[in-house]
Amino acid sequence: MGELLWNTTRLVLGTVACCVVLGVGAAWLVERSNVPVRRLWHVLLVAPLAVPAFVNSFAWISLLPGLDTYGGALLVVTLSYFPFVYLPVAAAFRGLDPALEETARGLGLSSWAVFRRVHLPQLRVAVLGGSLLIALHLLAEFGALRMLRYPTFTTAIYDQYRATFNGPGATMLAGVLVLLCLLLLLAELRLRGRRGYARTGRGAARPVRPVRLRRLTVPALAALAVLVGLALIVPLASLAYWMVTGSSTALDVPGLVQTTGTTLALAAGAAVLTVALAVPTGWLAVRARGRVTTLLERSTYLGSSVPGIVVALALVTISIRATPWLYQTVPVLLAAYVILFLPRAIVTVRSAVEQSPRLYDDVAASLGSSAPDRLRRVTLPLLAPGLGAGAALVFLAVVTELTATLLLAPTGTTTLATAFWSASAALEYGAAAPYAVIMVLLSAPATVLLSRDARRGLTT
Amino acid sequence: MSSLTVEDLTKSFATTPVLTGVDLHVPSGSLTALLGPSGCGKTTLLRLIAGFDDPDSGSIAVGDRVVSGPGRSVAARRRGIGFVPQEGGLFPHLSVAANISFGLPRRQRRDGGRVRELLGLVGLDAGLADRAPHQLSGGQQQRVALARALAPEPSLVLLDEPFSSLDAGLRDETRLAVAAALTATGATAVLVTHDQAEALSIADQVAVLRGGRLVQLTDPRTLYRRPTDLDVAAFVGEAVVLDADVRAGVAHCVLGDLPAEWAGPGAALPDGPARVLLRPEQLRLVAAVPGAAPARVRRVDFYGHDSRVWLDLPDGGTVSARLDGADVPAAGEDVSIAVRGVARVFPPRPVDVAGAAAAG
Repeated sequence: MGELLWNTTRLVLGTVACCVVLGVGAAWLVERSNVPVRRLWHVLLVAPLAVPAFVNSFAWISLLPGLDTYGGALLVVTLSYFPFVYLPVAAAFRGLDPALEETARGLGLSSWAVFRRVHLPQLRVAVLGGSLLIALHLLAEFGALRMLRYPTFTTAIYDQYRATFNGPGATMLAGVLVLLCLLLLLAELRLRGRRGYARTGRGAARPVRPVRLRRLTVPALAALAVLVGLALIVPLASLAYWMVTGSSTALDVPGLVQTTGTTLALAAGAAVLTVALAVPTGWLAVRARGRVTTLLERSTYLGSSVPGIVVALALVTISIRATPWLYQTVPVLLAAYVILFLPRAIVTVRSAVEQSPRLYDDVAASLGSSAPDRLRRVTLPLLAPGLGAGAALVFLAVVTELTATLLLAPTGTTTLATAFWSASAALEYGAAAPYAVIMVLLSAPATVLLSRDARRGLTT
Repeated sequence: MSSLTVEDLTKSFATTPVLTGVDLHVPSGSLTALLGPSGCGKTTLLRLIAGFDDPDSGSIAVGDRVVSGPGRSVAARRRGIGFVPQEGGLFPHLSVAANISFGLPRRQRRDGGRVRELLGLVGLDAGLADRAPHQLSGGQQQRVALARALAPEPSLVLLDEPFSSLDAGLRDETRLAVAAALTATGATAVLVTHDQAEALSIADQVAVLRGGRLVQLTDPRTLYRRPTDLDVAAFVGEAVVLDADVRAGVAHCVLGDLPAEWAGPGAALPDGPARVLLRPEQLRLVAAVPGAAPARVRRVDFYGHDSRVWLDLPDGGTVSARLDGADVPAAGEDVSIAVRGVARVFPPRPVDVAGAAAAG
């Protein structure tokens, strides 16, 4: 227990520190310096998000089996998670009012002093938000750390569960883990409440004059290239290598097709269900603002801070005790997906509702339109893009979901993630690679969505 | 088209009263401007009339039909009242044509002729029908919003600060087009504005709201010339307010002896201390002559079509005069002030009471 806590803590702190350095540095180069091909770097720096962390650690450990140490875990999860700091910080840099910087320069501050006294205070919220997001993800991370044989709470819970099947040991560990997550969630909510202050410089109309790197251009390019190389090229190259090596043995095409079909069907079902549940909550949170509705909306965020393994364990327990006929069936699996990914859908639905203000309802009413008629002709058409985006986010999250699926999927049902997992656990790297490639390809669109809309909260 | 009658309307949000005992009558086919500073309750009044909110007490009638009263509230969609919100509020997912035909019965919605007719009514080209709202300028959006409100032939049209988001040139053009469209349809209209020039120029009658109360309801000329008190006077235009002593129908003040007209209750002009209201365009400057009211030009603000001249008076006060033409004096010149027209007399400032309170 003590060792688990120490392992988890030092991994979280180390990863957050590394991610902050990499994320802020890369964001500054891309958004504030004149480094060549900035747009391309931006895409490349977000792209690692398309590679699920457990696929990334598979790629590394299959090439370098010696990575099963603290250092190895730190390296791999940092490379997977630094975009969570990079994205909000880059957006914050973009939102900074150039007038503030010019004023500071006018007052005689040097470049370094401008960064320290003007930029950093305004980036604080973005950096903290990204750090909390990484910490939460790390507490929930199972696949990557298990693959790297680095024990944390989450992997220990899984081992306990497999060994003793739902024993009190797993429950107690889960309790501690949830407590840690709730602490982080509280920190996030407090931060979210204060976000307004950091936004004062938003909507900068004038383009910023980038800082000239001059002789530092080559080192800067080299640094970005190394980062992208480690975070993106290595995993992709490793996957390609195993694809080629594996195809020489046997590529199980029918199995691949069937697994992909199962995964897509589950993801589509979960997406529709989750968005349908998100609409009333998102609607109430905007249109009927009050304590109860805020509480209702916030309570759904709990799901995003509770690790998948805890949600899965809870559902296993409930379904065995209360509804044995539901244990290991698709409805329970879908319920887990809904609990885990409802916040993502609510955030998009909510912002869509915010873009369809009451005014349109009032105007339509003054034109003689009845309530159902208004819903059909005004409200739903205005919400449609937001609902679609929410469904897409949930869909893509389900495609790469591993932990809850491992525990809850009906016997004989395999998804891309679980098929990949069992193949790589059996050290059949060549057989595992095709599933990983399909997951990466399916995740790419979500990455595009993320790179466009970066100022999201932790829970998205 | 119908008249609008509002009686004793009261509305509070939580414990804050927003409207207190408002009475308003808008004759059929006329345009009434609701004028007041921000926060005076004018938009709330509009929303109550439209049926988006319910009043705490009082009644609203369109023609003979009570749409809101004790124990009765007709839903907004059954009131037949058109609404043009601030900045237009066009449905962003619908084309201009679909916006305009939104309130028409289903079989009329595809009638391109009706849409073209309405576009023409608000002075827009029929070619805009297929555009999306974001492809229109602010003024065009306002006009489309008006066409949309007029399409179902409502008995009354409400416009909520329709021109406030437009820049000056576009504002005049849009105002003319809207006024023309309202006149052409003979629509009864209520327009909310905080711009006194807009209210005076476009409306048949102006209702001045202040602190949730209706302080004056009259036609624009009367409002400008005979405001009910000095606050209204200053709100609807520039005002020159001077202390005076009234004797036998003549106001004696620093600008000389002026023919006076009593603004307070009762017909007779009481003798004694008072304040008089003049408009800057009532002051004229002549070469300095002994006997006339002397003044020294402090500053001249040149506007092109006319100028405002700031004048220091011998008693230490300052007044401004609005002069057209080319012969505007230079700063530092000594001139005499002549007043044309009648000074409007208001009760004296309650200076002693206020002064004592401030001193205490």
